[in-house]
Amino acid sequence: MVARKKLAIRGGRVIDPAQGIDRIADVLISNGKIEEITGKSDGHTPDGYEQIDASGLIVSPGFVDLHTHLREPGQEWKETIATGTQAAARGGFTTVCAMPNTEPVQDTASVVDDVMRRAEAVGVVRVLPIGAISVGQNGKRLAPMGELADAGVIGFSDDGNPVSDANLMRQALAYSVDLGLPIINHAEDKRLGAGGVMNAGAVATRLGLAGVAAEAETAMVTRDLQLAGLTGARLHIPHVSTIGSITALRSAKERGLNVTAEVTPHHLTLTDEWVYGQHGEVPESVGPESYDTNTKVNPPLRSRADEEVLVEALAEGLIDVIATDHAPHAATDKICTYNEAAYGINVLETAFSSIFTLVDVDPKMLSLGRLIESLTAGPAAILGRDLGSLEKGYSADVTLIDPEMKWTVNPQAFASKSVNTPLAGVELTGRVVITIYQGTKVFDLRNHG
Amino acid sequence: MTTSSKTGKTSRATRTRSGTRTSPNQADMMADPRRHLLDLDDLDALEIEGLLNSAEGMLEIAGRDVRKTPALRGKTIITLFFENSTRTRVSFEQAGKILGADVINVAASTSSVSKGESLLNTVKTLEAMQIDALVVRHPHSGAPYFIANHTDASVVNAGDGTHAHPTQSLLDLFTVRKHLGDLAGKRIAIVGDILYSRVARSDIIAFQKMGAEVVVSCPNTLLPDEWQPGSILGQQTGFENLEIARNVDEAVEGADVVMALRIQQERQEAGHLPSLREYSDRWGINSRRMAMAHDGALLMHPGPMNEGVEIASDVAHGVQSVIEEQVRSGVAVRMAVLYALCARSRSTRNGAGTEN
Repeated sequence: MVARKKLAIRGGRVIDPAQGIDRIADVLISNGKIEEITGKSDGHTPDGYEQIDASGLIVSPGFVDLHTHLREPGQEWKETIATGTQAAARGGFTTVCAMPNTEPVQDTASVVDDVMRRAEAVGVVRVLPIGAISVGQNGKRLAPMGELADAGVIGFSDDGNPVSDANLMRQALAYSVDLGLPIINHAEDKRLGAGGVMNAGAVATRLGLAGVAAEAETAMVTRDLQLAGLTGARLHIPHVSTIGSITALRSAKERGLNVTAEVTPHHLTLTDEWVYGQHGEVPESVGPESYDTNTKVNPPLRSRADEEVLVEALAEGLIDVIATDHAPHAATDKICTYNEAAYGINVLETAFSSIFTLVDVDPKMLSLGRLIESLTAGPAAILGRDLGSLEKGYSADVTLIDPEMKWTVNPQAFASKSVNTPLAGVELTGRVVITIYQGTKVFDLRNHG
Repeated sequence: MTTSSKTGKTSRATRTRSGTRTSPNQADMMADPRRHLLDLDDLDALEIEGLLNSAEGMLEIAGRDVRKTPALRGKTIITLFFENSTRTRVSFEQAGKILGADVINVAASTSSVSKGESLLNTVKTLEAMQIDALVVRHPHSGAPYFIANHTDASVVNAGDGTHAHPTQSLLDLFTVRKHLGDLAGKRIAIVGDILYSRVARSDIIAFQKMGAEVVVSCPNTLLPDEWQPGSILGQQTGFENLEIARNVDEAVEGADVVMALRIQQERQEAGHLPSLREYSDRWGINSRRMAMAHDGALLMHPGPMNEGVEIASDVAHGVQSVIEEQVRSGVAVRMAVLYALCARSRSTRNGAGTEN
């Protein structure tokens, strides 16, 4: 391993919510670790440090994503660990948690080991694996959760397959208590949402697309919270998207249950009106740009009312974290009818910018500090690892953001192998310009444009 | 991918959120003549009138002893049906043939599609054969829009999923207009499987555009969740001013047109209905209910009918029924549509911006 340089990130606005820091300062890095955040930026460069001029930039701990699909092994035409982690670096993420819906499924230690070995070899940021809840993600019997925990998984999920059997869910929760790891269940009553391809509501009715009622999610979130109460287990609710889920989450947290929740950038910024293909505008008539398959995602993009409540819940901390659910898909999975299209949005490279631009980020609503906390200290706390902060001695994972930079989303320029985002052509403000992982620059916009 | 095209849309209401807007290219839309018929929502009343007037002439041609004109001679029209529909397919085929076009029928369920070929490749393959129009029936909503984005041929929507069926709506308008004249202020009652009906969606839009009042009735299980019985829908629903009746009697009371929609057996299996018998009893159109309608009200059905379920046999074949006439109008209306889209030359059509 090459000897790591000493780095001085000079004159940026350092925001580290875990330490309550928000001031202009220098961040010093040596041996891949955070050495110090200076009291202020004093214009003096210590000897032997390579300098990064961060004036005008935000200096944040590297982002941590609890919900990423890297597609390797098994679907390397959509994404690989190499391209997925490069996309993460471009989006400011220095840690990504890889969902187990690979082929084969990450339901045994050997598959998890394989993913970790590959990540060590080709990944440009940290990859933490998530193990399956059930064998083959089939929802029939529990995967060897102990073996998976020993292999290093950070939680258990059957990803897009909800654990429909309430008893199996109960057993999974109860069994996980010992292991101290969260159960992450995609909450969706598949019978209630039968055949649905987008959110139920006026847009679905107008387009003649079968809708999934918000209650399909809310019903299972409510069930899972009850079972978390019964078992005392840690439950992490992925990609909450409905007002009803938020109400149930509030009540569970008031009861003191050990539950956390995440929300995706797209559920904070886009609504079902984006399915019209007019960047959120409602056209007078349905046109050839409608049925935008890049808006097809599960859970579906919801109503404006849901979106507003999600932003409020994130701002107040009821929703703990932002996670991307980065779900790359090949062009052929999206160049088809809406019914045929695969579910999923390519998120990593637009995550911060889309929220920073499209959500009202100001102290009264969602503060910048809270936004960064939900991408750093929040997920780190759920992982229980020394990540997501610029504390002395922590891994030097740092993300530099230019809050003024305007850029237009061009998926063809993504590091990701796939281009499936409804934000193509949208102008965003604020962009990750440098990402540092373990003291080494893994992304610098000046070299990539 | 390929040259995408837009139908001649009216300008859109702008409701911007910061950073989200890239405006549609106005110049493109101006230069782009109408190429497709995907639904009636992007046509104004005047354009619809134009098609109906044209269909009057076509009806005369279709009624001649020698039913043949050279209007579309040398044009190739493909009917590409991913769902079985004998009546609609034959109607388009006959329309094309009377106008002198070569019509090729592709039953996609028995062609390359069953070998796993993608819709995109099917369309590209057909397009390579220099076709002028593709008449598409597909079980997925939006499929004709997808096809329109990937072909230079004119696309006619012959029914897509639960979204739209514009030529059915045109023939419904045509039939009603023949009997009742001006549609302004007329009350149109649509009864049946609203949730899954592309005919209902297109007809609501079409009749409202012509100034009629539309009311629907069906079991609450077959109504979109956001539509409440006993209400008039607001703008945000996309079906402004549509009346949702509390029950079928309220809907047909004083109606000038009663339209029964087909109830599929699957609705019972999927739990939407206790039984077809109960549906027939509570929502079926029969002589008692027709008697509640306006004197001389028309009875319509887009076919194929389940007599004894959504419509009683006596009224289906009674004096108020115009159901067979709907079928006759279908050919004339489809002739008008094919003529409007195909009469221009290929070269003109493919050269963007050379018209207007």
